Amino acid sequence: MHRRTLLQASLAALPAPAFAQGAAARTLRVIPQANLTSLDPVWTTAVVTRNHAFLVYDQLCAQDAKGEIRPQMAEGWVMEQDGLAWTFTLRDGLRFHDGEKVLAKDCVASIKRWARRDPFAQVLWPAVAEVEALDDRRFRFRLNRPLPLLLMALGQTQFPCFIMPERIASTDAFQQIREAVGSGPFRFVANEWNPGQRAVWAKFDGYIPRQEPVDGLAGGRTPRLNRVEWTIISDPATAANAMTTGEQDYWEYPLHDLLPLLRRNREVVVEQRLLDGFYGICRFNHLQPPFNNPGIRRAVAMAVDQRDYMRAVAGNEKDGWEACEGVFTCGTPLANEAGSEILKVRNIDRARAALKEAGYAGEKVVLVAPGDYPQINALSLVTADLLTRLGMNLELVSTDWGTLVQRRVSKEPVEKGGWSIIHTTSSGQSLALPVYHLFLRANGANAWFGWPSDAEIERLRGEWLSAPDLATQKPVAEALNRRAMEVLPYIPLGFYWQPSAWRRNVTGAFRAPATVFWNMSKA
Amino acid sequence: MFAYVIRRVLATIPVMALVALFVFSLLYIAPGDPAAVIAGDQATPQDVERIRASLGLDRPFLIRFGEWVWNILNGDMGVSIFTNLPVTTMIQQRIEPTLSLMILTLILAVSIAVPMGVVAAWKQGTLIDRAVMGFAVLGFSVPVFVVGYLLAYVFALELDWLPVQGYTAFKVGFFPWLENLILPSVALGGVYIALIARITRATMLEVLQQDYIRTARAKGAGQSNILFLHALKNAAVPIVTVIGIGIALLIGGAVVTESVFAIPGLGRLTVDAILRRDYPVIQGVVLLFSFVYVLVNLLIDLAYTLFDPRIRY
Repeated sequence: MHRRTLLQASLAALPAPAFAQGAAARTLRVIPQANLTSLDPVWTTAVVTRNHAFLVYDQLCAQDAKGEIRPQMAEGWVMEQDGLAWTFTLRDGLRFHDGEKVLAKDCVASIKRWARRDPFAQVLWPAVAEVEALDDRRFRFRLNRPLPLLLMALGQTQFPCFIMPERIASTDAFQQIREAVGSGPFRFVANEWNPGQRAVWAKFDGYIPRQEPVDGLAGGRTPRLNRVEWTIISDPATAANAMTTGEQDYWEYPLHDLLPLLRRNREVVVEQRLLDGFYGICRFNHLQPPFNNPGIRRAVAMAVDQRDYMRAVAGNEKDGWEACEGVFTCGTPLANEAGSEILKVRNIDRARAALKEAGYAGEKVVLVAPGDYPQINALSLVTADLLTRLGMNLELVSTDWGTLVQRRVSKEPVEKGGWSIIHTTSSGQSLALPVYHLFLRANGANAWFGWPSDAEIERLRGEWLSAPDLATQKPVAEALNRRAMEVLPYIPLGFYWQPSAWRRNVTGAFRAPATVFWNMSKA
Repeated sequence: MFAYVIRRVLATIPVMALVALFVFSLLYIAPGDPAAVIAGDQATPQDVERIRASLGLDRPFLIRFGEWVWNILNGDMGVSIFTNLPVTTMIQQRIEPTLSLMILTLILAVSIAVPMGVVAAWKQGTLIDRAVMGFAVLGFSVPVFVVGYLLAYVFALELDWLPVQGYTAFKVGFFPWLENLILPSVALGGVYIALIARITRATMLEVLQQDYIRTARAKGAGQSNILFLHALKNAAVPIVTVIGIGIALLIGGAVVTESVFAIPGLGRLTVDAILRRDYPVIQGVVLLFSFVYVLVNLLIDLAYTLFDPRIRY
């Protein structure tokens, strides 16, 4: 008999208080995907901070499983004056964790702070004349021109607009807030926060969930757990062991290599929870040789086989990854492969010939790979192998993510500390629409690192923004894809699914665009 | 003696000042930018600049260094760039697990390694001696993380005797505290045991050849009396020195051990801070480690007088 079994048997013989058993059963022990270092979802875009924010804060409106925007804190909204005014009304009885009522002025302050940092909101903001509180429960957007995308911006998941008390939301958007006071289903237990080890949330008894069933991030956000406890376990093997022994209940991002091990355990469920996959991105530096030459970019694209990249990241896991040979998220309304033939060549010899034809003269290529980021590192190594086989003069620089994010800022030639190629991953949500598709921007110095410049892409993006409906947006999206495949601001590398793992006694897990813990319970 | 202690304590001040300057300069010239990490992928270069300015990272080196030193002298180690918490609070949160791990490892290692070394010297050339030396070679050769994973596999996963990961504070109870620390201490102690056992054996072999040992034998002293009372006491100075030097090994090993067993200690805090370029935390922790190392060496020097009355300060 195992020591623990013996101990458990002895303890079972004792008259244990029922409330204690219940409390343990209603605590979900979670291994999050990263360390929670900041509590401010406006100050940083870290996904782990966003997940914390979904526990603590509420949204005015939110995305359902189909991506539609539905009311959350808002009872509803009215569009008036031919789309030049939107009036939102808050649900009755909403309260912050400090006991104060949620008022329209809190929403106005929160929206203004969020809009200073969210790229989507920044695109729309020139059309916003004013956001003003009308009374305690109503606030209004006054617009210079109609904004059909306003709801989508407010309800997006990528950079959500969370509502905070006005006294906190009035903090400068570039300064970190010091308190985590929201009106969401769980309250943050600040005195138990030990960054790098543990973060704890307790059920907020004053939360009034919507009555509709949960649907993505929309519907009733009912807190069924008393506590959610995050324990930071940075070593994946240790995390897998902790899941196996039952020391932890939920693992947000298990490493793909360890999925077969977890699946063999009957007490552990491994399933896809996120609605979107993670997309691989190969980004060129458009300012420096050799990738300032579009012919050379196209030659590399001809050699790319997305399947090699995805196998390197997610292995041969069944349904673990898919190819997606377009710039928009596969399975979303704008997804298309117009002009994507170049990604279907997948031929080294043809790519080598194209490289020669484009005039490649042995210029040095510096590929910077982050060794501490397994997925991005795997993508980088596949490209490194590809470039070597193409006969390019490659220098592979293996470093850590912290160094990479600084080096990628450099616009200098490679001899002066610059770079030629970097890789990253991005959630499917962020690539679904041109308005927040970061890697599709081609506005030169203001574009994302790599700084591609193409007036046609920018013109088409503007055209999409003013397209009134999906029928008119789709041809623009096709033109954008076609142009992107000619200019190649980046090479799409396919996408992989990131499943989560949880103990079988955890119930109520549902699919959503982000990792959230409402409606879940533990037997 | 008292004057010596005061002199040594005062001597730590220039050492610490040099360490401070060295650490600050290294971080200044090292690549990496916390503002870029904070801003994330969506940020524009202007956003990154604004964050850098709000963190004060755009100011000249000398001003930042001067301000940091002044704050340190006033007992303020600064605030973490990421968590917004004071560095002293973060160190306080993490010091107990690391201290516990190091103390337990030290106790475990000394209580195993010294008898091992003594017995190996006593039984020189026998199977026992070879076994002890074989273990020492193994202890040096196998990395801490491999030992850690093997121990976790056998004692946590297969036998279900001990937890895989985590730390329970001492105030919760001695046994829960011990339960979480046994495997990490054994894993971390391997190298340390090997080091101390080898030095103990070598020193004991030398001492056992001395005339006074032969005299003790001639006077009819028992074997254990000779080994532990006469020989070991005279061999203690080099052994204690190695134990002191080994503290640096423990600090380095704690980083790996804390990661493998998910112990929320200073080692993991350091690694996390380095990866994010959380400068105030890195500076605070390195300074603390240097101070501990200087202090331990002072204590070792003072301990010499206990083992060898001829040493006077």
